[in-house]
Amino acid sequence: MSRVIHIQPITRIEGHASIQIQLDDAGEVRDARVNILSLRGFEKFIEGKPAEEVPRIVNRICGICPWMHHLASNKAVDRCFGVTPPPAAQKLRELMQTIAHAEDKLLHFFFLAAADFVIGPDADYSVRNVIGIAKAHPELAQKVVQMRHRAKMILERFAGKAIHPIAGVVGGFSKPMLEEERRDILAQMGELLDFALFTLEFAKTKVFPPYLETIQSLGVIRTGFIGTVDETGALNLYDGRIRLMKPDGTFTEFDVQDYADYLGEHVEPYSYAKMPYAKVWNEGFSLDETNPKGIYRANTLARINVADRIPTPRAQAELEEFREKFGRPAQATLLYHWARLIEEVYACEHAMELLKDPEICDPRVRAEVEPKAGRGVGSVEAPRGTLIHDYSTDDNGLITRANLIVGTTHNIAPMNLSVKQAAKSIIHKGTVDQGLLNRVEMAVRAYDP
Amino acid sequence: MPVTVASEWLNSCSGCEISLVDLGERLLDVLNLVEFVHIPVLLDHKYFGQTGEKDHLDIPEADVGIISGGIRNEEHAEIAAHMRSRCKVIIALGTCATHGGIPALANGFPVSELLDRCFSTETTDENPRTFEPPVPRLLEVCSALDEHIAVDVYLPGCPPHPDQLFTALSALLEGKAPDLPTKSVCDTCPTVREGKGKLKTLRRFLQNPFYHSPDEPLDKMRCLLEQGFLCMGPVTRAGCGGDVKTPRCLAARVPCRGCYGPVRHDGNPLLDMLNALASNGIDVKSLPEFPSLLRFAGAHRLLRPTRPRKES
Repeated sequence: MSRVIHIQPITRIEGHASIQIQLDDAGEVRDARVNILSLRGFEKFIEGKPAEEVPRIVNRICGICPWMHHLASNKAVDRCFGVTPPPAAQKLRELMQTIAHAEDKLLHFFFLAAADFVIGPDADYSVRNVIGIAKAHPELAQKVVQMRHRAKMILERFAGKAIHPIAGVVGGFSKPMLEEERRDILAQMGELLDFALFTLEFAKTKVFPPYLETIQSLGVIRTGFIGTVDETGALNLYDGRIRLMKPDGTFTEFDVQDYADYLGEHVEPYSYAKMPYAKVWNEGFSLDETNPKGIYRANTLARINVADRIPTPRAQAELEEFREKFGRPAQATLLYHWARLIEEVYACEHAMELLKDPEICDPRVRAEVEPKAGRGVGSVEAPRGTLIHDYSTDDNGLITRANLIVGTTHNIAPMNLSVKQAAKSIIHKGTVDQGLLNRVEMAVRAYDP
Repeated sequence: MPVTVASEWLNSCSGCEISLVDLGERLLDVLNLVEFVHIPVLLDHKYFGQTGEKDHLDIPEADVGIISGGIRNEEHAEIAAHMRSRCKVIIALGTCATHGGIPALANGFPVSELLDRCFSTETTDENPRTFEPPVPRLLEVCSALDEHIAVDVYLPGCPPHPDQLFTALSALLEGKAPDLPTKSVCDTCPTVREGKGKLKTLRRFLQNPFYHSPDEPLDKMRCLLEQGFLCMGPVTRAGCGGDVKTPRCLAARVPCRGCYGPVRHDGNPLLDMLNALASNGIDVKSLPEFPSLLRFAGAHRLLRPTRPRKES
């Protein structure tokens, strides 16, 4: 008897979503989809607002990655008003973004994802969570909570607000960094780097090994990838060119100002989230899992796939080991977790590089700004993918039009494919239990939506 | 016996939940005193049973229900009502839940325009702009929680500061009502008010405020409103600084925009601010637009769609 299994809500993710699995008469999976259930309408309601105020409005798109929206928005407004922030301001913005990345990855790995591996995918829901981890491994939990909190407090102490930041301003940054602040934060980032290296080692030796087979099979699909690289092709989270890679590993690069020539957004009636796809491939859009069209992925695995290298030594060594094991581009969905921890190492190393540059303390942190009519596209790599804010302003510098492509949305179509793959491979003859359904959710959780 | 807690997020961004995580090590203490029975961000408890086998929404009973986010769609309204029926005490967590928050800026536009724009941007493919279940229908306005259900405790803030959350939660766990600030942001702001000057117009925040050197403490810098920048401090509830007390935006030398909502729970920041400016002889027409004065408090029908005004 055909029926629909509804997993609602998808838990341990950031957002409102559910999964529908359609079974046929024999109890085999006919189709499965991910429903994104919320729509707030930022693209509309920032119209009419003074552009310089928008970076402190759109940060509310996401309470986990508010710095990313804040900074992509600042970059877009800078461009609308035709202003280039002074070097110290650019470094401060990048430093805040990099530390926010470091904090975010610890949050996702330990608070949201790890329970599936550390406690186990089939464990009861009452213990398969961070509270269960805290009870089973109290010392580790205390260290995790401490280190993540430390990264967060660096942001709050220096930049006023850690969640929904305000310190990025059109033309630069709201305040300079003092020498003693620089030294203090540098020392703290050193400790965070040690913890990042510990976490990756812990994951490679204790967390992932029992699940290597699952990693190579659950939710695995074959897609292209997107991410930002610098002029040498190396990973860059803050700025650079957008590299769009096909499933076979060949790629094109573009300036984000031209994003609309490369990316389109498909709409399905079962999701408020739009599904970006590679319009430039000229193959259209299809979620047929045997022959998907236009589908690429973003976020950690995508970034380390598209980048030729990572420009810091410890993370580069990890990337080489990863490529040795899984190739390039690596396609296994659960490898997002592994890639996330490599990026964690990079974020800590790179924050330290920025802090070792004395120019970051230059008191000139804001350029002169005049509101004017213009158009500007700003992007950064958010933890969840390439984040694009595109605004137009009128003569008075008020927003007349906005288009946003939010990091997570790049992965909505791939999540649908991964969920379909996972459901088809593990649900047979209509038999389900909470452990099996949790494995389907794990295919979503890897994308950290 | 631990206090049982059910937690939900509605029209929200998860910032309130992350602020809870930002309790740091105090979080581990709290987790020892409470038992979460439902919290989608951390716990895999499902609405309709663990394999979706039930035909009705089923969140367990709890002593305390924490809800962040306002109400934007039919699902939010249904979950809020169910939480109310299952929890002895309902806490509205964060300014979206207490006053609508940033997402209630949408109330400046009809919902049809919202859908039209979001699904017709320059990168969006042609589509009928219609959605099917389980995608919930949008309601005509974005509301605060108490427009749909009775609320017992209000904890505004975007997000509420972790120190304040810890104080409030500790009080609630002892069965006491939390003691929250009733002052304004200005009352907790260390900047210098000289109370004189002939300010007639306000400037947009296009340059940083004046202070003498990068290490000059905040209590030597002149009030940003007196420096001519719009600052919502006079009409905004205090508390954002947590135990340190210094308002957080001011700590970054940036003016307040009102994220803790009005000083009085049912205040109107737009009217209160315009009155305050006008009574000090400041020309309110020097502001580029007015809806932003309701940036965090657009629910309770305070912000409504307006016809575009002709530039004079």
